[in-house]
Amino acid sequence: MRRTTFARAVALGAIAALALAGCGTSDTGTKTTAKSGGFVPPSLKALDKLGTPEGSVNVLAWPGYVEDGSNDKAYDWVTGFEKSSGCQVNIKTFGTSDEAVQLMRTGQYDTVSASGDATLRLIAAGDVEPVNTSLISNYPDIFDALKNKPWNSVNNVVYGIPHGRGANLLMYRTDKVSPAPDSWSVVFDGGSAYKGGVTAYDSPIYIADAALYLMSTKPDLAIKNPYALDARQLAASVDLLKAQKANVSEYWSDYLKEVQAFKAGSTVVGTTWQVIANLAQSEKAPVAVTLPKEGATGWSDTWMVSAKSKHKTCAYLFIDHLVSPKVNAQVAEYFGEAPANRKSCAETVAKDHCTIFHADDEAYFSKVYYWNTPIPQCLDGRTDVKCTDYAEWTKAWTAIRNS
Amino acid sequence: MRRRLTLAGLLAPPLLWLVVAYLGALGAIFATAVWSTDPFTNQVVRTFTTDNLRTLVSDPTYLRIIGRTLMIATSVTALCALIAIPFAFFMAKVAPPRVRGLLVALVLVPLWASYLVKAYAWRTMLGPGGVLDSVLGGTPGYGFTAVVITLTYLWLPYMILPVYAGLEKLPDSHLEASADLGAGNWTTFRRVVMPALLPSIAAGTIFTFSLSLGDYIAVQIVGGTLQVLGTAVLQNITLDLPFAAALGTASVVIMVVYLLAVRRTGALENL
Repeated sequence: MRRTTFARAVALGAIAALALAGCGTSDTGTKTTAKSGGFVPPSLKALDKLGTPEGSVNVLAWPGYVEDGSNDKAYDWVTGFEKSSGCQVNIKTFGTSDEAVQLMRTGQYDTVSASGDATLRLIAAGDVEPVNTSLISNYPDIFDALKNKPWNSVNNVVYGIPHGRGANLLMYRTDKVSPAPDSWSVVFDGGSAYKGGVTAYDSPIYIADAALYLMSTKPDLAIKNPYALDARQLAASVDLLKAQKANVSEYWSDYLKEVQAFKAGSTVVGTTWQVIANLAQSEKAPVAVTLPKEGATGWSDTWMVSAKSKHKTCAYLFIDHLVSPKVNAQVAEYFGEAPANRKSCAETVAKDHCTIFHADDEAYFSKVYYWNTPIPQCLDGRTDVKCTDYAEWTKAWTAIRNS
Repeated sequence: MRRRLTLAGLLAPPLLWLVVAYLGALGAIFATAVWSTDPFTNQVVRTFTTDNLRTLVSDPTYLRIIGRTLMIATSVTALCALIAIPFAFFMAKVAPPRVRGLLVALVLVPLWASYLVKAYAWRTMLGPGGVLDSVLGGTPGYGFTAVVITLTYLWLPYMILPVYAGLEKLPDSHLEASADLGAGNWTTFRRVVMPALLPSIAAGTIFTFSLSLGDYIAVQIVGGTLQVLGTAVLQNITLDLPFAAALGTASVVIMVVYLLAVRRTGALENL
C-alpha cells in the first residue's frame, strides 16, 4: 500500500518537472546576433538629465574600489559623498567578472565597475545602458587613451566611464623564492621548482595569461592578441595550464584568501593584484611584486549604469564622485593602479604614484593586455579563421580544473 | 467540522513550506537541468534539451568527479562510524551515569562553533608550519586527505548522538545475558550490540553521507585544487546554470538510491 503511494508521488513529481520544462519554449532574454565586426546591442537610451537624488545607490565593485572606512579607517571616500549628496551607498564586492555579470543580471545593483571581460556581455544582454557623458562633470579630464575603447563602447556609443587601469602582477615570497623572478616561467615551465606552492586566478580569463606566455615562448603559434585564440592556439594554452595544475596549491578568486595563503606560506608564487600585495605587506608577510618581461594581462575598468536601475541620478553622482581628481587619486593609491583622471596625479600622497603606475605611459600599457571578452570575430583582426568565444574558454577552463 | 479546520490550520504552514519551498525548489532544479544557455550572455534559454544530462553520464571528467565525491562521502561515513561507536559505547555503558549528561554536552559544544571557524581552524592546522607539521613532522597538505579529515571532524557529533541514543535503548541485561551464555567481548559486540545498533548507525550515515556529498565550502578551504560535485556546481552556477542544475540532479539521484538502500535494510522502520 505504501509502495504504490510512494510510486504515485514520484510519478506526479516527474510529470510536474517535465511540464515545467516544457512550458516556455521561447527564449527569454535578448538573443544577440553576432555579425562580422561586432554584435548588435539592444537599443537602450541613456539618461538625458539628472533628477533629484533618490536617497540610495547599490554599488557592485571590485574589492578595494569603494572603501567606506570599514576595512581601514584611514581609507574612506564614501561617507563624505553620502553626506553631501544624500545618497546612501550600499556596497557589494565580487571576486571575478563572471560573478559580476551574474549579479548584475538580478537587476538589484545600480552601478558596477566592470572589466573588459564583463562589459560586452553586460551590454549584449541589455543589463546596462549607454551613459550620457555630459552628465559626468569630470569626464573631460579623463585620459583620452581610456575613452571610446572596444570594451567600453559599441558603434561609437559610450557605455561606461573609465575608472583606472593596471596590470596583473607576479607576487612571490622573498624568503622562499630565489632568485627573484622576472618572468612568468616561474609559474609555468619552471613551476616544478615550487611544486605545491603556485597559485593561479580561478577564472576562464586566466587562459589569456597562458596565451600571453606562449606569445614569447612559442612564436610559431603566432598569437598576436591573447584574447583572439583560434582552436589550435587555445589547445596549446590549455595544455600549458594542465601542466601547470600539477604545481598549483590553490586557485584563488577571493583576494583575502590569497593574502592569507601567502602569509601562511602555503602559496609562494603566482598572479596577483597590487592591492593584495599591499595588504599582505601590511600584515608583515615577506612578499614582493614584479611585472614580468613577457608583459601581463591587466584590466581597464569601466563604471556602468544598470538598465533596470531605480537610482540613476545617485548612480551618476557617485560615478562622478569616483572619477573626481581627489577621490580617483585615493582609489588609485589604495588599490595600486593608474588613475583615470589626469588631474589625480597632482593629488596623490606619493608624488611619483602616476610615474610608478605609468598613468600616462601608453608605451608601457601596450605590453599590458586588458581583460577583454573573447568573441568568434577575432579581436586581432584575422578574418581567415574563427576565434574561440568565451563559452569555449569556459568549457576549456572546466576541463583544466578537472584534469 | 471545527476539528477539520483546526487540523487544516495546523498543517497548512508546514505543508506550504514542504510543497512550495522544498518540492518547488526541487522541481525548479529538475526543470532548469533540461534547459540550455546562450553562449555569449550566459542567460538561460528555456528550450528543452537533454544535452546536460547526457554530458554528465558520458563525459569521463564528470564521472570521475562523481566517483571522487562518492569516495569522500563513503570514507567520511566509515571513519565517523569507526570513531563514533566506541565513543558512544563509552558514553552509554562505561561512563558513570552522573557524567553522561556532561559528555553529551561536550559532544554538542563543537556544533555551536561556526562551520567556517572550524574549517579555517583545520586549514591552519594542516598548513605548512601548522600543528600537524610541527608536532608530527609532516602534513598531508590541502587535498583529498585534508577534506576527509575535516569533514569527519565536522560531522562526528551527528554520528555520535544517534549511536548513543541507540546504545541507551539497549538494556544492560542483554549484555549480561550474552556473557552468561559464554560469549566473549568481541562476540557479544558482534552478535548482540551491532544488530541493535544498525538502525542508529544507518540514521547517522544518512547525515554524514548526504552532508559530505554536497559539501563545497570545506573543499574550497582545505581541498586545494580538488574538484568535487559541490565545487563543480559552484563553478558552473554563474556561467551555465542548467549544467549546474544537472549536477544537482545527480546528487538527488544518488541520495534517493542511498535512501532506498538504507530502507531495504529495515533500519528506517525501527528508528
